Amino acid sequence: MNMLLKAGVAGLALVMASGFAADAKTPKDTLVMAWVFDDIISLDPAEIYEFSSSEYMANTYDRLVVQNLDKPGELKMQAADSYSVSDDGKVFTFKIRPGIKFASGNEMTAEDAEFSLERYVLLDKSPAFIMNQFGLKKETVKDMVRVKDASTLEVELDAAYAPSFFLNCLSYTSAIIDKKEAMSHEKDGDLGYDWLRTNFAGSGPFVLKAWKPNESLVLEANEGYWGGAPKIKRVLAKNVTESATQQLLLQKGDVDMARNLTGDQLKAIAGDKSVHVAAAPKATLWYMGLNTKNEYLAKPEVRQAMKYLVDYDGLANTSFKAIGIKHQTFLPEGQLGADNETPFTLDVAKAKELLAKAGVPNGFNITMDTTNKTETRLLSASIQNTLSKAGINLIIKLADNKTTLTKYRASQHDIYIGQWGSDYQDPHSNAEGYLMAPLAKRNQWQLPENEAAVLAARDEKDSTKRAAMYMTLQKQALETSPYVIMFQQVETAAVQNSVKGFVLGPTFDLNLYSSVTKE
Amino acid sequence: MISASLRSWLLSDTPDSRFQARAGRFYLGWLTFAKNPLAMLGLIILVLLVVMAVFASWISPHDPLFGNLEDRLLPPSGKFWLGTDENGRDIFSRIVFGARTTLYIIGLVAVTAAPIGLLIGTTAGYVGGWVETGLMRLTDAFLAFPKLILALAFAAALGAGLENAVLAIALTAWPPYARIARAETLTVRGSDYLAAARMTGAGGWRILFGHIMPMCIPSLIVRVSLDMAGIILIAAGLGFLGLGVAPPQPEWGSMVSEGRSQILEQWWVCTYPGIAICIVSLGFNLIGDGLRDVLDPRGK
Amino acid sequence: MLIKSRRLRGLLRTLASVLTTLFGLLLVTFVISRLLPADPVLAIVGDHATEEYVARVREELGLNKPILIQFWIYLSHVIQGDLGQSIRTSRPIAQELMNVFPATLELATLGTIIGIILGIPLGVLAAVRKDTMIDHVVRFLGLVGYSVPIFWLGLMGLLVFYAKLDWLPGPGRLDFGYEDMITPVTGLMTVDTLIAGDMDLFKNALGHLILPASLLGYFSLAYISRMTRSLMLGQLSQEYILTARVKGVSEARIIWKHAMGNILVPLITVIALSYGNLLEGSVLTETVFAWRGLGLYITDSIFGQDMPAVMGGTVVVGAIFIIINMLTDVAYRLLDPRAK
Repeated sequence: MNMLLKAGVAGLALVMASGFAADAKTPKDTLVMAWVFDDIISLDPAEIYEFSSSEYMANTYDRLVVQNLDKPGELKMQAADSYSVSDDGKVFTFKIRPGIKFASGNEMTAEDAEFSLERYVLLDKSPAFIMNQFGLKKETVKDMVRVKDASTLEVELDAAYAPSFFLNCLSYTSAIIDKKEAMSHEKDGDLGYDWLRTNFAGSGPFVLKAWKPNESLVLEANEGYWGGAPKIKRVLAKNVTESATQQLLLQKGDVDMARNLTGDQLKAIAGDKSVHVAAAPKATLWYMGLNTKNEYLAKPEVRQAMKYLVDYDGLANTSFKAIGIKHQTFLPEGQLGADNETPFTLDVAKAKELLAKAGVPNGFNITMDTTNKTETRLLSASIQNTLSKAGINLIIKLADNKTTLTKYRASQHDIYIGQWGSDYQDPHSNAEGYLMAPLAKRNQWQLPENEAAVLAARDEKDSTKRAAMYMTLQKQALETSPYVIMFQQVETAAVQNSVKGFVLGPTFDLNLYSSVTKE
Repeated sequence: MISASLRSWLLSDTPDSRFQARAGRFYLGWLTFAKNPLAMLGLIILVLLVVMAVFASWISPHDPLFGNLEDRLLPPSGKFWLGTDENGRDIFSRIVFGARTTLYIIGLVAVTAAPIGLLIGTTAGYVGGWVETGLMRLTDAFLAFPKLILALAFAAALGAGLENAVLAIALTAWPPYARIARAETLTVRGSDYLAAARMTGAGGWRILFGHIMPMCIPSLIVRVSLDMAGIILIAAGLGFLGLGVAPPQPEWGSMVSEGRSQILEQWWVCTYPGIAICIVSLGFNLIGDGLRDVLDPRGK
Repeated sequence: MLIKSRRLRGLLRTLASVLTTLFGLLLVTFVISRLLPADPVLAIVGDHATEEYVARVREELGLNKPILIQFWIYLSHVIQGDLGQSIRTSRPIAQELMNVFPATLELATLGTIIGIILGIPLGVLAAVRKDTMIDHVVRFLGLVGYSVPIFWLGLMGLLVFYAKLDWLPGPGRLDFGYEDMITPVTGLMTVDTLIAGDMDLFKNALGHLILPASLLGYFSLAYISRMTRSLMLGQLSQEYILTARVKGVSEARIIWKHAMGNILVPLITVIALSYGNLLEGSVLTETVFAWRGLGLYITDSIFGQDMPAVMGGTVVVGAIFIIINMLTDVAYRLLDPRAK
């Protein structure tokens, strides 16, 4: 039996020597990326609402208008050639760009656009509320979205809004679907929903080749794209949830790009000459939501004290260095009217003073719902530490993202820590979120005066005045709100130097692959 | 270490009392156990673990719960013997305090799972009939699950947290105890001893609690101690998957998990807690192995 | 004739007990899935859901019906092979499990083969050289295998053999860019690459298997060597062995022919049990190695709070466990000379 053993060992050694670590080179015409996209639940544009699916939509579908990356705050025509607004501000007319072909070969017409806009409302999935804001409801949408002729689409709103507000919203919810293709797969009047949630009927620079949920996403270049064919032939994204694995794969050359490295890992690869890091501030904020239902958090002084008990600078210089920017107001940098002042620093003495004023000089016990995500974990640990210095005993409740969110949505938390991303690139998204609903509702802080002010700002047609109104709202929120806003997220991608042209935009629906080249 | 008279009393061939006989048997077992160097190593590890847990505050040089952000991810040094983690906490201190968590978990699991198993097993064995069939089928159903997966499912449903982890593990640990308790009960069910107890007028529950259960306890204790290492590993596995204790309490499994993303540059963060798990669970396994030698004459 | 019918009766009894155990298994998973503290509906509907939409989803999931009816529905679905729909992917769970199962099968099978090839000789060696250094080393190695957290050993393995030494490929079943080049036929990557006739990819797939399979193999080895040793010791002290020795039969023949022949049947049980244990070990191993199998599917579903998927996976693993136990039981009855 010694022989047997020896043979086994020898065999293993032989196998090892022959080398399994094949020369890991990614194919030349393919962009290979390690990414976490387990948030994708559907590929139907009328249901797409998550970060990763938004990015998919941006690269495979054309939208009527999109944000202009060269001129932040402005729009760019995409599937629409031009648009006009009626004198009363209620009717928008879009001219469809001629010569756009869907992957099926069908020509894009106003009818496709009508179908696609109506679908958002009729299917009533997550993004439907964006359209509902303009009076585009289930009962009315068929009348309000109209085809005038083969290349002209009319959209009527229930009132006059700031045009930029409507167009900003539309820049997310106007992905144009191939009506003939979708309807050929219709079942029980579902407008092709069941088919489209795993399939593709678009006209964008890339077409969907394969999608395995939580596993892989393969896109192929649309050679006949009206804006010019992409330079890279294929995009292969693999879902790699371990950030250490992403780092390894990148450093071994197994992938061209690692999308989800932690701040510490980015620091670690900084010395690697063959890799560079692309970064873009996102319209996403790390914050704590303080539930005013809680007897302590109901006191404004306690809420202010909390704002002085976060080690903003310590975190910004260490674990959040590469992945966040210190930010304390509710509008992220880059949006109209964003106020970038940061009045709060870690100031235990000041916090104690405020706590004493609130009648709780010796602190209290309080729970915080948090997830096991690296960044949340780091924030929570640090906050637990700094709060304890003022006598506040923070009890961390760890759960997965969905459980925590569900509790938060039902307003069953004391403190929630997490991210909030703007739904569309307009200040109203966050103003509404933080001051009216849903965040204000979850934290039990719905004030009529806030609602009035937010709606007034939304409807202001003069951009300068509008910006000023948002500035005021942010200043007030710094003083009274139940939000401890800490960081604006910086999205990063660690990229091999051989790969150029990857665009990280301010939102996930502006992360684009079409100009990527690979040496 | 032990006086000559006590030794001769223990080793007497003609014990005067049942207690002397039992003590003598125990002592003989101990002698066998002590002759096994590996088993003694296990015992030493266990003693060290307990000492570490009891005197954690004296042993650990730093605060296990809170650190300084400036001290993040430092390599092992004179100041931080095993380095620091992503929150600037001393890993050595966290390992020392983690001993408490480990002992707490296995202790709680033992005092929860064993009584559940004892109650179900003895009831099934003593009552018999369809009660027995029903209870034993339930036991089989639980036994049909791989332990870790069942514990995972429970913990996932109950949510993270020390108590829930303990509950989840206990819910998976009791079936073998129920089987043992039932087997023991069956051997004594028809005995004269119980008949005598019944004659004195003892009721069903009295007999169950007063006479049958105590008979089952010794073999149950042995089995529980054999299971300890497995419980530690499952607890660590739950911690690794983020279903363990709430931060900032140190738990070895979650320490490994937290160090995962830094494994390439800061290998010490997840290496040392893993070694701690290995050593302690090895200690329990060595003890268990020694115990098996003592109890199983065939292994000699 | 009598014997035959007795054996048949035994088999029937086994079958009946398997069925009741399966029922218990389903009951337990059902109860667990209703323990959820968070409302599963709120978890699904999203940030801007209307009351009406919430109610609709609740009805679609059947969560507004009485609990016994819910269990009955669950039961009748499972019997038809319908484990429900995954919340995360909206696909049938049974189908998703079918897709991932071959990966686990491949891993656990190779792990068990490694465990058998190394474990049995080591166990025999330890028994023959009882109380020598070899025996102590084998026993200690086995105990270490019982004591190491598998997820940690996996991490260390990756760190050393992949990151530092670069001897073996990293996580996953194939190198990165190539996974989608293979059309699954059997789902076993090594077999599929052979069917595709691509030797490079076959080598690659095998390379990816080595580290995780060796890890599982080590755990299997720990168990098998230990049991082999103990079974062998039981035989070596028997009379017939002494007789054979006296007769001058060679030592190798005594061990491999006589003693081995007698422990073969219990050894098969041991191997089957260890195979079942590897299914469990695969949960953490697959998580560490990003190995898309049953184990990773379950942990992913836990993190995605996808309780139907968690329960589906648990039921399948539990059922496999029960079936393995039943098969060993039957094999034991059929093979064991004493049972005849």
